[in-house]
Amino acid sequence: MSSAAHGTTPYYYVPHESRHPVMAAIGLFFVILGAGQWINGADWGMYSLYFGLVWWLTVLYQWFKEAVGESEGGMYGRKIDLSYRWSMTWFIFSEVMFFGAFFTALWWARSHSVPALGSLENALLWPDFKAAWPSLVAGATTSPAGIIEPFQTMGPFWLPTINTALLLTSGVTLTVAHHALQHGDRSKTIKFMWMTVLLGVTFLFVQGYEYAHAWGDLNLKLSSGIYGSTFYMLTGFHGFHVLVGMLMLLFITLRLQKGHFTKERHFGFEGAAWYWHFVDVVWLGLYILVYWM
Amino acid sequence: VQDLPGGPSVNQLNFAAPVTKIAEEQHWLHWMMLIICTVVFIAVFAVMFYSIWKHRKSVGHKPATFTESVTVEIVWTAVPFLIVILMALPATKVLVAQKDTTNADLTVKVTGYQWKWGYDYIKGEGEGLSYISTLDSSQRAMSDAGKPEGDNYLLKVDNPLVVPVGQKVRVITTANDVIHAFMVPAFGIKQDAIPGFVRDTWFRAEKTGDFYGQCAELCGKEHAYMPIHVKVLSAQDYAAWVVAEKKKQSAKADDPSKVWALDDLSKRGEKVYAANCAACHQANGKGAGAIKPVDGSAVVLDADKSKQIAVLLNGQNNGAMPAWKQLSDTEIAAVITYTKNNWSNKTGQIVQPAEVLAARK
Amino acid sequence: MSAVLDHHDHAHDDHGHAPAGWRRWVYATNHKDIGTLYLLFSFAMLMIGGVLALGIRAELFQPGLQVVNPELFNQFTTMHGIIMVFGAIMPAFVGFANWMLPLQIGASDMAFARMNNFSFWLMIPAGAMLVGSFFMPGGAPAAGWTLYAPLTLQMGPSMDAGIFAMHILGASSIMGSINIIVTILNMRAPGMTLMKMPMFAWTWLITAYLLIAVMPVLAGAITMTLTDRHFGTSFFNPAGGGDPVMYQHIFWFFGHPEVYIMILPAFGIISQIVPAFARKKLFGYASMVYATSSIAILSFIVWAHHMFTTGMPVTGQLFFMYATMLIAVPTAVKIFNWIATMWRGSMTFETPMLFAVGFIFVFTMGGFTGLILAMAPIDIQLQDTYYVVAHFHYVLVAGSLFALFAGFYYWVPKWSGVMYNETRGKIHFWWSLISFNVTFFPMHFLGLAGMPRRYADYPMQFTDFNMVASVGAFFFGFAQVYFFLFVVVPTMRGQGEKAPQKPWEAAEGLEWEVPSPAPFHTFENPPKLDATATRVIG
Ligand code: HEA
Ligand code: HEA
Ligand code: CUA
Ligand SMILES: [Cu+2]
Repeated sequence: MSSAAHGTTPYYYVPHESRHPVMAAIGLFFVILGAGQWINGADWGMYSLYFGLVWWLTVLYQWFKEAVGESEGGMYGRKIDLSYRWSMTWFIFSEVMFFGAFFTALWWARSHSVPALGSLENALLWPDFKAAWPSLVAGATTSPAGIIEPFQTMGPFWLPTINTALLLTSGVTLTVAHHALQHGDRSKTIKFMWMTVLLGVTFLFVQGYEYAHAWGDLNLKLSSGIYGSTFYMLTGFHGFHVLVGMLMLLFITLRLQKGHFTKERHFGFEGAAWYWHFVDVVWLGLYILVYWM
Repeated sequence: VQDLPGGPSVNQLNFAAPVTKIAEEQHWLHWMMLIICTVVFIAVFAVMFYSIWKHRKSVGHKPATFTESVTVEIVWTAVPFLIVILMALPATKVLVAQKDTTNADLTVKVTGYQWKWGYDYIKGEGEGLSYISTLDSSQRAMSDAGKPEGDNYLLKVDNPLVVPVGQKVRVITTANDVIHAFMVPAFGIKQDAIPGFVRDTWFRAEKTGDFYGQCAELCGKEHAYMPIHVKVLSAQDYAAWVVAEKKKQSAKADDPSKVWALDDLSKRGEKVYAANCAACHQANGKGAGAIKPVDGSAVVLDADKSKQIAVLLNGQNNGAMPAWKQLSDTEIAAVITYTKNNWSNKTGQIVQPAEVLAARK
Repeated sequence: MSAVLDHHDHAHDDHGHAPAGWRRWVYATNHKDIGTLYLLFSFAMLMIGGVLALGIRAELFQPGLQVVNPELFNQFTTMHGIIMVFGAIMPAFVGFANWMLPLQIGASDMAFARMNNFSFWLMIPAGAMLVGSFFMPGGAPAAGWTLYAPLTLQMGPSMDAGIFAMHILGASSIMGSINIIVTILNMRAPGMTLMKMPMFAWTWLITAYLLIAVMPVLAGAITMTLTDRHFGTSFFNPAGGGDPVMYQHIFWFFGHPEVYIMILPAFGIISQIVPAFARKKLFGYASMVYATSSIAILSFIVWAHHMFTTGMPVTGQLFFMYATMLIAVPTAVKIFNWIATMWRGSMTFETPMLFAVGFIFVFTMGGFTGLILAMAPIDIQLQDTYYVVAHFHYVLVAGSLFALFAGFYYWVPKWSGVMYNETRGKIHFWWSLISFNVTFFPMHFLGLAGMPRRYADYPMQFTDFNMVASVGAFFFGFAQVYFFLFVVVPTMRGQGEKAPQKPWEAAEGLEWEVPSPAPFHTFENPPKLDATATRVIG
């Protein structure tokens, strides 16, 4: 931008032509091509999927590296900063809506479809079915057709509660890190960032353990009727978001160690923090609606 | 082509001639809407075209400069608002009436199958009757040949739904595989048939005669070929029909303990196959596209007969192969026996109805 | 990009000021180039979707199966719907947004230029998958564009390809929308307040919000379909406690806002064109903004009007009936404001204005049939019949598509630097308008008479109207071929009269403050605007 010709940060930074977008799209092409084939039993699909993923991640790495370079190179002025804030806000909004779809499914199943299946009217089709949500009545399966193996539900104790504590703590450590950054205490920031990342990793391990326990000991599977479906899809997508959020924090920490960010300007940090808090809030919803109720 | 009484007329411009109060009300509502909308449309576009004609640059019209008027804005927000309220009032009345399925004289359960209808009389005169209604196969053949004829083309079925005139008939819909919709325009009813759930609607036909409808929810490739034919009879005729039908059904009912000879059973199976399976698996048993062949199929050739029985009773691949448990034990036994001994399949195996009965849980 | 940036080290080659060759397009970060790419892509998709439509119409020309078998017919219907909605109409509006928004609000480019290109390039694999699904075993998805469960559970492998393609399209839409919102909120030139923004920018701001709100919901719904198909979940399977109707609720929560996503930017285009050719400012600018917002808000609470026949409780039917009918009110305000803008103006009727007037006229017919469908008792008769098909082609083809044509003629001088041929434009308009009505008007009668949609074959009594519709469809299709060959191609080649900076006497807006064709870079420094934010004064 020509305003930048005077050696300052440009009023608005518009990047050069870039090969990253098209490359990233090519990567995703192999991902969806492979995924669609693999789940239909074609083995080559798996290779295509992994190839695409690796390709895509490589491109993303280069892309972000370039963006980080621009940021550190002082290309991103106040306007860009604001743009990033808006975009992160709207992105999180889209994520909220995505989870909304699955929470709705849970609500609909619990308070509508399962009761309807067991209603007097429906006795015409499923005379023996007693509608009961599995977490309320031991041994219930939500399966009118009786095609589902018996399973036990996942209560809040203790794994999910431990996980709640982990995530809440991580929210605190992250805030401490943020304050430290604002006060220019970089080493404290980094320390607390690492703690946050570790808490995130621990969360994932606990959830992995929880899944193994549910699958193996409780016989709770994706195929355990609508209960299993909503349980795994909600917690699974959440877990995936924890993974992504944790990776974001990890990269931010590494950047902090490289000396990136200043005490005034650190939207990269804040964006990741927003995301982490969002993941946190979703978890609280899950903790109450999926595990407690 | 002529008009089909109770079905579509040639170049019909409006709803089917109503045969129930509800359909009449719908007719009336539609006229009301049509008139209001036309009047508003003409009024609005009269203004626009007047302006287009008068306020052209080519006739030297100079542009005015007004750009806003709160009064006008409020008026033309309020007026449409009042109009829609006016429209909603009578609609509410009809809607409430149309949803009232209580106090029915006769209750029929209608089940959508790919691609036919099952009728079970579950309450009222005729209780216990149960049969399947399918498109007449010559119609399907005409369609394939691309040379259709007849006023009831695609609407002719083997067994119509029979109901008495002047009685409140409650229709409970459900489905076996995917969503279908039970529609009879002359009665003003259309109700989705949803697998696993029941829904209901009702009608009280005020005239005897034949009335036609079609499946109105995309349900796969033969969606266009699952018509509905309702025969409305006078009370006496209906009573007589019930008696005759009861006799017929009990005569036809097969004894599942009967032991069959392979040839007889296979002959019977050929008919079952043609009526139910050929639509997908084809008469030559080769299947098509995503549909698996029966000819040479491992499951069919397997010495363990229970495998094929299980597939027929429970379906397979998420219902891509639907469950056929609504067929009788004899029919299932017959069609399995037929497939095991036809085309290149020469297993010599025979499945007796008793084995199917045992496999049902 | 200017010299400043060049002394930063970039991983890729540096092309200096004037990008050239294929890289200019493939590696594009320029909003104008990306806009062009979007427009070309969507036109290609319109052709593919259109050929599928002609396949449908050819089969329905007379009763009996002559052209395709019922499986293929359902594939045609499904892919026609999906390709038109996601491939043709939506990207076309995004193309307009890319080209025009930065120009209209005085920004140098879109907020995130690389992400912008990513949004575009994601459409290519997705589009390829969709079109390619015809060649997969079992053929393309055939469950209707609404992809209702449990029919989707019976589809072959192409269904999964379709689902993944829609995921990608969704990601593209969300990124595109974020880009648009941020551009509008953050990159307006000083003095361009929100309430001085051109209507097109306003409608896109609201549309982008709708997109971000509902695309993830669609993604959720089809993800559930995917796991039901392959991973044993029971979301839509009653045997496991799920509910097929749940799919419909989730889908239409997306689906209804989606149809407004396809009309609001069209309203924006019309709101630009009518004042320009009436030589009079848009009447009731503020009320236009409020009306558009009301439509967007209401659009979230009307979804179940697509589900009147699924058998919901009477209170549900009443609620959704009333809410739906309410949408007629803000839409009425828009129509009236346009007419009031024309009132006592000084009108001329070049092609953009013809299409705009045609839009208002024919779209309103579609709006009225919408209102009739919203009456639940009547909808019981009309649901899933050709009446619905007539309704939505009136609002989508005569609505969205005509508005796109109007916008094309209005802005193409700015894009290409040459004027289109006025006579040809007029031919295109009249040819389209007439053949459009010949195609879709008879469908109202078919629907009233009870001809169900998605039918490969129909009773003999419906023959004549179907024949008329099919003939009309081919004429309409050829009108678009004419448009491409005799209007689009010449302007792309730069044939025609040279366009002045502002070809339309009374057009307003910053896009007319830059030369035609718009230079590669515009407003690199934020312009100084006059009090109305329509002229650059320094
Ligand atoms: C651009 C897309 C678009 C738009 C703008 C609309 C606009 C409207 N639509 Fe439409 N609709 C679709 C696209 C669209 N629709 C599609 C694609 C489907 C089918 C999906 C499928 O099943 O595949 C559909 C289906 C559909 C149905 C379901 C039909 C069925 O399947 O049974 C209904 C029912 O309520 C409906 C209603 C409406 C209404 C009330 C409006 C209103 O917004 C219209 C408002 C406009 C006006 C009313 C006209 C202007 C007003 C005046 C001139 C003022 C005076 C008026 C009065 C107050 C009387 N639409
Ligand atoms: C979004 C926009 C959109 C657009 C622009 C169109 C455009 C057209 N549509 Fe539409 N249509 C839908 C959206 C759209 N449609 C949707 C959402 C459905 C529902 C799908 C479903 O039920 O799931 C539908 C369904 C639908 C049906 C019902 C199918 C059925 O129920 O079985 C029909 C039937 O006539 C039809 C016809 C047409 C026609 C004739 C056009 C014409 O306007 C098309 C004009 C043609 C062209 C622009 C092509 C031009 C190119 C050529 C002519 C090339 C010629 C080349 C050679 C000769 C080699 N469409
Ligand atoms: Cu059954 Cu369509
Ligand atoms: Cu809608």
